[in-house]
Order: sequence, then C-alpha cells, then structure tokens
Amino acid sequence: MILLEHVPLLLIAIPLLTAFATPVLGKVNSFLRNFWIITALISTELMGIWLGHDVLKNGIRVYTLGAKLPGLTSPVGFPIRIILEVDAMNAFIAMIVISIALISFIYCMRFMEWSRNLDKFYTLLLLLLTGMMGLTLTGDFFNMFVFFEIVSISSAGLIAFYVHRGEALEAAFKYMVISSIGALMVLFAVGLLYAQYNLLNMAAIADSIQNSFVDKVVVALLLSAFLLKAGSVPVHMWKPDVYGEAPVPVVVLLITSSLVSLFILFRITFTVFGLIIDTALLGWILAVLGILSIFLGVTMALIQSNLKRLIGYSAIAEIGYVLLGLGSGLIGFPSLSEFGVKAISGGIFHIMNDALDLSLLFLVVGTIIHITGKRDMNQLGGLARHQPSLALLFLIGMSAISGLPPFNGFASKLMIYESVYRFNPFLTIVGVLGSIVMLAIFVKVFVVTFLGIPRRKDIKEVPESMLAMMGILALFIIVIGLFPNLFVDNLITPACQALIHPEKYVEAVL
Amino acid sequence: MLNNLPFIVVVILMALGLYALLFKRNLIKIVMGIHVLGSGVDLFLIELGYRTGGIAPIFTMAPRLEMVLPTPQALTLTSIVINLAVVALMLSFIILIYQHYGSIDSKKRRLKG
Repeated sequence: MILLEHVPLLLIAIPLLTAFATPVLGKVNSFLRNFWIITALISTELMGIWLGHDVLKNGIRVYTLGAKLPGLTSPVGFPIRIILEVDAMNAFIAMIVISIALISFIYCMRFMEWSRNLDKFYTLLLLLLTGMMGLTLTGDFFNMFVFFEIVSISSAGLIAFYVHRGEALEAAFKYMVISSIGALMVLFAVGLLYAQYNLLNMAAIADSIQNSFVDKVVVALLLSAFLLKAGSVPVHMWKPDVYGEAPVPVVVLLITSSLVSLFILFRITFTVFGLIIDTALLGWILAVLGILSIFLGVTMALIQSNLKRLIGYSAIAEIGYVLLGLGSGLIGFPSLSEFGVKAISGGIFHIMNDALDLSLLFLVVGTIIHITGKRDMNQLGGLARHQPSLALLFLIGMSAISGLPPFNGFASKLMIYESVYRFNPFLTIVGVLGSIVMLAIFVKVFVVTFLGIPRRKDIKEVPESMLAMMGILALFIIVIGLFPNLFVDNLITPACQALIHPEKYVEAVL
Repeated sequence: MLNNLPFIVVVILMALGLYALLFKRNLIKIVMGIHVLGSGVDLFLIELGYRTGGIAPIFTMAPRLEMVLPTPQALTLTSIVINLAVVALMLSFIILIYQHYGSIDSKKRRLKG
C-alpha cells in the first residue's frame, strides 16, 4: 500500500496544511471553512486508526525523510535525518490525540460561534494539534524540540484568547515563560547529547549510549522539562491558572498535550535511557512525585469554587496516578516482574482514561458556562431541573474520574493499586485516599451546581452538537468501563510491550 | 584555557539569564532573561560544531576537508527563529497586560515567573 507508507507523515502534514488554509477559506465563507476543517480531521482520524491497526498487526513502522538507508549519505556513522517512528505506543497516543481533537473541534463549532476571530482561533488550534502529533510520532530529539515549541507558542496564543480578561493574559504569560524555559532545557540536553554521540536520532542514541556523567545531566534536564509541561507537583503552578482561563475546547487539547508530554517522558526514560540509568532511583522519584501530585491536587481542589480551576487541580491529581503507575513500574526495569508490567500497563491505560474523563468534565463545565454565563459554582444551582442530560453527563464524568466501579477510571486505577501495593503499600493507600477525597469534592460540586432550587431563569438551551460530543465521550467511558479487558488486551498490552522492549525500537531503525 | 573561553561565556550567559528570570520583577526583564538564556544555548550549539581552522562545510571545490560541523548550525538557525517568535509573543502579551493593568510589575499581581 503506497498510501499507508506515508500515513505517519500525513498525520502531521494534514493538520499543518489545514491550519494555513483556514484563514484563506474563512475569508470566503465560514461554512466552507468549518466543513473543510471537519473533513480534514475526520480523514486524519481514519488514517490514525488505519496506522494503529497496521502497527498492531505488522510491527513498527519507520518513515524516513531523506535517504532511506543509513549508508547512503554518510560512509561512517549514523546520518542525521528526520525519522518518524511509530510503534504500538506512539500509535496508541496518536489515536487518543486525534479523537479528542476531533471531539473538541466539533464542540467548538457551536461553542465559539459568537466570536469574530474564529479564523485565527482555528488556525492556532490546528497548529496545536500539529505540534502534538509531531511530538507523538517523531523519532528524533531535535524535531521533538521544534514540535515542543509549536505546542507552546500556539497554546499560549489560545490561552490568551479572551484578551479582554486580564487574568487570561497573565495565565498565557506564565505558561509561556514556563514552557520556554522547558524548551531551552530540552535544547540544551539535545546539544549535550549531540556533543557526545554526534547523533540526534532516539533509537541510534539508545544504541550507542554510555552511562557518563553528562548523560545523567541530560536525563535530569529532559525529565524536568517534560514534567514542567505535564504539570506534576513541583512545577504545577501554571496549570490551574491556565485551565481556569483558557476557552474550554482549548483546555481539552491542553490536557491532551500534557499527557503527550508524559508519554515523551516515558519514551525517554524507558527506551532511550532505560538500560543504562539507575531506574530504581528514577522510578522512586517519579512515583513520589505522583503521590505528591495526587495529594496536592485533591487538597487544593477541595477549597476551590471556580469550576474550571477546581477541575484543573483534579487534573494535577490525575497526572499523579499516571506517574505513580509508570514510576513504580520503572523501579524494577529492565528485569520486570509481573506486577511491574501490570503497573506500567495500568499507567498507560490511565493516560487514555484521563483524557476521556477530564475532557468530559471540562466540556460539561464549558456547557454550563455557555448556558448560564457563570463560572463560580456558588452562583449556580438547580441546573438538573433544566438540563437533566447535562446532570447525567456530569455524573458519569465524576464517577469515572473518582474511580467508581462501572466506569473506566475504576479499571485503570484498580490495575495501578493492585500492582503498586506489591512495591509499597503506602503509595497505594495515598492513591485510594486521593480517589475518595476526589469523589467527595465532586459530589459537593454536583449538589451545589445541579441540585437545589434553580437560582436563575435566563438559561439558554444546550446546542445539540455539543451534547452529542459529550455523549460520545460518555459512551466511550461506559464501554471501556464495562469491557476493560477488550481494550487492555488489544491496545494497552501491545503499547506496554513496546515501551518495555527498547531493543525492538532500536532495531527497527538501525 | 583559551579554547574553553566560549564555554565560559555560555555559562555566564545562562547564569545571567537565570538570574533575571528568578530575581527580576519587571516582566520585560523576565523576557530579556529568557532571551539571554536562549542565546547562551545557541552559542553552546555553535561552539559544539566548531573545529579550529575549519572552513564552511561546502564540499564542492573544497580546498581542504577540515570543516565545521553543519548540523549544529542548522539547529541554531531553527532555534534562533523559534526564540524570536517566543520573545515577540511574550512582548505582545506584556503590551496587553500593561494596557489592562497599567503596570508590568509581577509583584503587584499574582503572576510570578
């Protein structure tokens, strides 16, 4: 198949080209523009699923721009080329990214229709998607830096979309300062790696790496840069501000981008440096950071009354669960016990569930803000009487995020708890407590917002397309919750195997 | 000692950038700090590829094969462009923040680097 060969590149190229076609088409007609964006995204989605299917069946797919064979350009050593490498893990993350992006774009069509700057808005949103796809699929370090910056710049522009609000500008400035420091750390680390090995390709570096002191510095730099972007504990301060101020569809994509940077973090720690660094130490660091994130996220969420900030803090806690699972798996790497594998697959599973649960909650809150114009939950009340479907969707989202049994959050959290318990019972206890407190917080939010006497009369109707998108997310949450084994066996286990067998990743390129 | 001079400059630039980032309250100075930090990293990349007595890496009609490495230069070019975009974007945020609050002191508001 000639087209399938080019799918990894097309996944990045289609959003990029659509982004720059959007302002031109917007000049013609706004319907044409929306139609064009949705068509492009649906075709990207289909291609992503096709690629994922192919990778699961036929193994790792490498796409090279430039000379196909390493020997063609340089007689000695490994040449510098742009390589996209897709294994089961990349394909899995790519599918999540595109699906969430598609849902958030369709939601946007009605949510943002009042705005006059939609051309620019969609351009930036598509550039953000391009950056995330690039981060997911890239196989070399320098492109990783470039896509990292594309994500930072476009999302900073989007966070400041409500320019008439001073807080939005401040949040955007804060985000930009933090992510450009992160990006400079990445660039410096790339420079250090290039100085030692004359290589930029991840697989080739993983092959020739030695455990020098400089490598440790590189690991520390990359780790802090991607934790900055993911927003785990010591560097979480941008998250509630940004999530509180950005438009809701943007927040959904930002959540996805922080999960993508977590994925890059694990790609680096497992695949590139996994075999040489002190994984036990690194694993403990990540697991403890995860625990601290859970603790801080839920305690700070407890005292918020702004709905978006509240969910922003619970997003920090959710990042903590992923770090907890994958961090405790990393402790035993590379000689993994059964529990180690289970902890890692639980963490990967939780990446997907996080994206779904948090997106659903944010979209519901966005709808509440859309129909009432209020974002403080103390000014709301009795919404269930007007909008029973919205209340049901929120109920599904909150049960899933706090890990109640029939929903997806339960399936992945149980996997994490079971396996982490074998490493250290204390970690599990904090995790379970975090879940319980989170449930309490969301029950409070539900009661205050949806039950009681209606406070306001001027409530608008919910547009159907927005309701449909939230419905699709809720459907996924329930299906995954009811049949977790289906997803674990077919998607998560291959992704986990791809992550814990770096030698295959290396072999595919060399 | 003299060979290491560029690396010492890199360290000084990065230290200055970090100092401005951490201890300055003025938003424009924070942006300057980021730019100085970025320049430090750029200089580091350029210095990596330098070979004493090397010529520009163009193979056609090359008088000798002692060349500076082309890859770090390509990387630096990209990174300069990205830095420019970042700084321009942040300065435009500062203009809007100033219009909004009439102040660019980070201490008065709740934002901090």
